[in-house]
Amino acid sequence: MTTNTTKNQKAATDGGGDVRLAGITKTYGSFTAVHPLDLTVPQGSFFALLGASGCGKTTTLRMIAGLEEPSGGTVHLGDQDVTALPPYKRPVNTVFQSYALFPHLDIYENVAFGLRRRGIKSVKKQVGEMLDLVQLGEQARKKPHQLSGGQQQRVAVARALINHPKVLLLDEPLGALDLKLRRQMQLELKRIQTEVGITFVHVTHDQEEAMTMADQVAVMNAGRVEQLGAPADLYENPRTTFVANFLGTSNLIEAEVDTRSGDDVVVKAAGDKLVLPGARCSAPAKAGGKVLVGVRPEKISLTHADDAGAIPEGRNRITGRIANTSFIGVSTQYVVDCAACPEFEVYAQNIDRDPRLAPGAEVVLHWSPAHTFGLDAAQDIDAGVAEGEAA
Amino acid sequence: MSTFTEAPPPLTPTAPEQKPPRKRGRWTPYWLLLPGILWLVVFFAAPMVYQASTSVQTGSLEEGYKVTWHFVTYWDAVSEYWPQFLRSVAYAASATVLCLLLGYPLAYLIAFRAGRWRNLIMILVIAPFFTSFLIRTLAWKTILADGGPVVGALNTLHVLDVTGWLGWTSGDRVLATPLAVVCGLTYNFLPFMILPLYTSLERIDGRLHEAAGDLYAKPSTVFRKVTFPLSMPGVVSGTLLTFIPATGDYVNASLLGSADTGMIGNVIQSQFLRVLDYPTAAALSFVLMAAILAMVTFYIRKSGTEDLV
Repeated sequence: MTTNTTKNQKAATDGGGDVRLAGITKTYGSFTAVHPLDLTVPQGSFFALLGASGCGKTTTLRMIAGLEEPSGGTVHLGDQDVTALPPYKRPVNTVFQSYALFPHLDIYENVAFGLRRRGIKSVKKQVGEMLDLVQLGEQARKKPHQLSGGQQQRVAVARALINHPKVLLLDEPLGALDLKLRRQMQLELKRIQTEVGITFVHVTHDQEEAMTMADQVAVMNAGRVEQLGAPADLYENPRTTFVANFLGTSNLIEAEVDTRSGDDVVVKAAGDKLVLPGARCSAPAKAGGKVLVGVRPEKISLTHADDAGAIPEGRNRITGRIANTSFIGVSTQYVVDCAACPEFEVYAQNIDRDPRLAPGAEVVLHWSPAHTFGLDAAQDIDAGVAEGEAA
Repeated sequence: MSTFTEAPPPLTPTAPEQKPPRKRGRWTPYWLLLPGILWLVVFFAAPMVYQASTSVQTGSLEEGYKVTWHFVTYWDAVSEYWPQFLRSVAYAASATVLCLLLGYPLAYLIAFRAGRWRNLIMILVIAPFFTSFLIRTLAWKTILADGGPVVGALNTLHVLDVTGWLGWTSGDRVLATPLAVVCGLTYNFLPFMILPLYTSLERIDGRLHEAAGDLYAKPSTVFRKVTFPLSMPGVVSGTLLTFIPATGDYVNASLLGSADTGMIGNVIQSQFLRVLDYPTAAALSFVLMAAILAMVTFYIRKSGTEDLV
């Protein structure tokens, strides 16, 4: 594969292999599946389109592949405008959700299909190398239905990759696999992507999958990109309630801006004063204005009310009563009933468990102001909650 | 948390071992098979044995027939009627090819393009069955009648010159020629081709077409490399369902043909019902059956769809 890798990288540098979507949109009758969308996927990156079903992510992918005709806008691959090209003329390959392997051809011929269509006669070496890359050399003469789901999935990847497309599109490729195999394939796909250096555009509804694999994630909701960024950045600095709730879990507190002191914003929520860095507040922080203050459950420490004096100064504090706890091995999840937020979630690592932290106990929740973010209050506070749970 | 501290309920030992209940349903499958088997024995196996014995009998209507193991009847029958045998195979094969050429595009259309018209077209395909086979064939007699609009049009377009030169028609006539018989066979057996083709085309996952397109196959290649190979089971069963009954058919040849277009079905029919030479008729039937079996076996081997039978 090393020779192919260098070849691809060379091809990439001279043409410029970015995928550029400009104002691309898709409507079905009066329903808009994808609102005008501008998106650039950098050459060689692993890019994920993340969203709940029906958010337009698959439609976007199919428009890149040419399987769906955009209602407006253009698709560029590098410098080439491919908007009007039929799929068979685009230097793009797809790994389909249900793999769509040809049942009448064996694995070898499935993988060789694209090469043969482009008139390449001697496919033996390339097919052999590709089957080795996905560790299926032994299965070359089997028919697709004789393979397991994970193996079929790898054939689908091999069949697409062998053509050295400018972009590899993956449409929920791991959706049909069980959890363990899915984790394994996530690492496997990441390894393959690093090895071949081809741009991957991956559609998924699984936020963990997107965060594990992708360099860049675009979170989509109702036909629009809510936020685009590196996984850690999206997780730490969500800019909308949808992203905050869909990617992991967030505790969102309705608060009122009190004062600004230096770089920090001080807010009031049900009598408690909270501090957050102004840079992490995506809403205008005018005194008296409303904001949603957010904090991730794992950033929070839980201390029994009797020990409240031991909490260091300068931390955000909220008092409440434990409503529910669930032990899940590595951590314990607490639901705390607070005045500011009726169901405050806290994940605590099970290092030293305080036996007093049982349902009914009075507690103080405290966290570093640096871990706090602020969102515009003019949004649905629960956006993305149901989608995140379903996914 | 609370659920975690609670110990799971211990596995209570099940009630003391009971005698396994007698398997009551053991004979059910055989009882269900019985009516079908009886039907086959009475109406298929028994007549076959009876016909087999008839074919090796000698005698006459007046003196009665006796089994004399007179196998020469087979030889005589084949050496006298081989032209009709060949004609049957040729006509049936032509009709099968025509059915495939006409039926495939139609089945493809119904399966992939018809949309909400699908059911209507399917009904139209099956609708001829609501009328008797004989009436439909007689209708073709009118359609192909001498001096009728069809023959007139074919004449004007000089099609009859070509078919005449090929020996399919003679002069200004279509009726009473091989072409008329093949037309009748094609028409009558077309639904038997379309239905299995439709079933196997309809089963093809549309995403395979997308995948082939995605892998640089242009639409014609998608058909050649994906759609057609995957529809092979339908092609094989459709051609068999057309070819087998068409070979033994005699209605089309007797209504639309002439003495020169007799098929083996016509010979068997006249031997049984007019000449009353039962041994020859029975022997011809067995030869026909063996010939069809041999051809079908060869065909299925060749087309590589053994899993079909």
